[in-house]
Amino acid sequence: MSQLAMKPNAGFGPAADIERLQIEDFLFHEADLLDRWRLPEWLDLFTETAVYHVPPTDIPAEASPDTNLFYIADDRFRLGERVKRLMKRTAHAEYPHSRTRRLITNVMITDRGADGLGVTCNFAVFRTKDGASVTFFGQAIYRLVIRQGSLLIDNKRIVLDTPGLREQGRLSIIL
Amino acid sequence: MTHNEPLLRSEPSTNTFKVSRQAFIDPSILKRERERIFAACWLYLGHDSEIEKPGDFVTRSVGGRSIIFARDREGKARALLNSCPHRGAQVCRERSGNAKSFQCFYHGWVFGVDGQLRNQPGEDSYGKKFKSDSDSNMHQVPRFESYRGFNFICFDPDVVPLVDYLGNAREYLDLICDQSIEGLTVIGGMQEYAINANWKLLVENSIDGYHAMSTHATYLDYLKGTTGGLANMGLVGVGRDLGGGHAVIEYTAPWGRPVAQHIPMWGEDGKRELAVIRQKLEAQYGSERAERIAIKNRNLLIFPNLIVNDIMALTIRTFYPITESRMHVNAWAAGPREESEWARKYRLFNFLEFLGPGGFATPDDVEALEHCQRGYSTANELRWNDISKGMNREIPAMDDEEQMRAFWRHWNSLISANVTQGAAA
Repeated sequence: MSQLAMKPNAGFGPAADIERLQIEDFLFHEADLLDRWRLPEWLDLFTETAVYHVPPTDIPAEASPDTNLFYIADDRFRLGERVKRLMKRTAHAEYPHSRTRRLITNVMITDRGADGLGVTCNFAVFRTKDGASVTFFGQAIYRLVIRQGSLLIDNKRIVLDTPGLREQGRLSIIL
Repeated sequence: MTHNEPLLRSEPSTNTFKVSRQAFIDPSILKRERERIFAACWLYLGHDSEIEKPGDFVTRSVGGRSIIFARDREGKARALLNSCPHRGAQVCRERSGNAKSFQCFYHGWVFGVDGQLRNQPGEDSYGKKFKSDSDSNMHQVPRFESYRGFNFICFDPDVVPLVDYLGNAREYLDLICDQSIEGLTVIGGMQEYAINANWKLLVENSIDGYHAMSTHATYLDYLKGTTGGLANMGLVGVGRDLGGGHAVIEYTAPWGRPVAQHIPMWGEDGKRELAVIRQKLEAQYGSERAERIAIKNRNLLIFPNLIVNDIMALTIRTFYPITESRMHVNAWAAGPREESEWARKYRLFNFLEFLGPGGFATPDDVEALEHCQRGYSTANELRWNDISKGMNREIPAMDDEEQMRAFWRHWNSLISANVTQGAAA
């Protein structure tokens, strides 16, 4: 079970001291919570100012959601609402819940600042619902910060490699 | 399969209207749609603002054909068939950009952005007049016309002019365009997704005011849960048949509109900004029309497959059948050119709350349509869809189904007509 794998999210020192393996543990734990649909716990991994962005694939990956149409551009409030929605039976697109399986690889620390660090990883997310399976793949770009010794996500951006969502149809799960 | 029984049954004496489920599952009907609708009707290509500068181009699939939408060096908009006149390769393989010319990489033929052949390797192996023969150029789409910045193409050279084709739908396109004094612009970023359902299910769904309470329960919960996310406005309005298969619902709604219905969440700054927008609209169009532009929502269908929904944001959406049970969907956001940064940001925030494949509402629509398609596995036994709602009313409401009947009546007139010689209806 995931509890075995995951040490308590506490006791993190300065960003300069964090090792890649600790980041991997964190990202594997995040993926595990999503695969188990433990979304309220997943939400606890985010800061109060966090954003979660999925840009479209016909514009540069670093584009701003203030001036471009994204697939998802949630601030922390709306991310919380997304979680609430997905936990309801009336979120028809995800009822019954689809099954998902995430592979997280090629984890890299891209920069270290005073209170946080940039991380990228490659991902593949397999989703099955109603007898049909699709795959999302691309790169996840994180800004992680340390707050009271806990590692938290302040920014998560999913950059899809596929041409839009032509193959997957829609993005009703969280990537 | 043969169709001895009709595809549509309209019985005004009993106020019933039925559509055969074969319309959603029979490949021979899709074949007829390709011939009589997608090869014969005006189809949306793109918006002026997507190709503003000379040399700007985008490539996209329209009616199953690869098309280049470009502005040539003289500033004229062009719609070119994206296939080399030589041996057929797609000439432009990029999605968008700015080009001085297009070069086919197969044999190296070079064309101007206007489609004219400029040169080809080994010119001296061709006849003297080869280059001046129009067949040597990239081919223009047979018909290409625009209305207020919306560009359409048609593969039937004999189609009626676009302005006549749009007919009564122009009134609503005008209302939508008039929300901007300087003109609408398509905002960067395009949503491209797919639905495992017949394309006509999305036609119905895009103008369906009846499903909101059940399909979109979580979206309405969300609005209620936000602080100041709702205006004191009911979902009230009408559904109209505009003729020619075009249809609209026009109504008030409780969500905020960037042009221009304030919600408390947008604060005093937002209130002031929306008041200025209203004043400008009133100065330009008078108070009655300004009110209609600002407060009323419009879900507009332009036959067969262009949706312009002027709701909590403005979206342009078009979609095409890939098979009888799968479609590709393209969606854009548009807004006034003169819009402030603040308003643009809220427009996009609003858009994503409801719309698109990652929104709080559209994915549930998609699920519904896919489950309709699955339900049609029983079409041999359960043969008819019911589209009767509101037939007993003199003025059908926005949550009735008159606007869908408008689509189906026209669709049926094209698809069920006996056509000889294979001519398009």
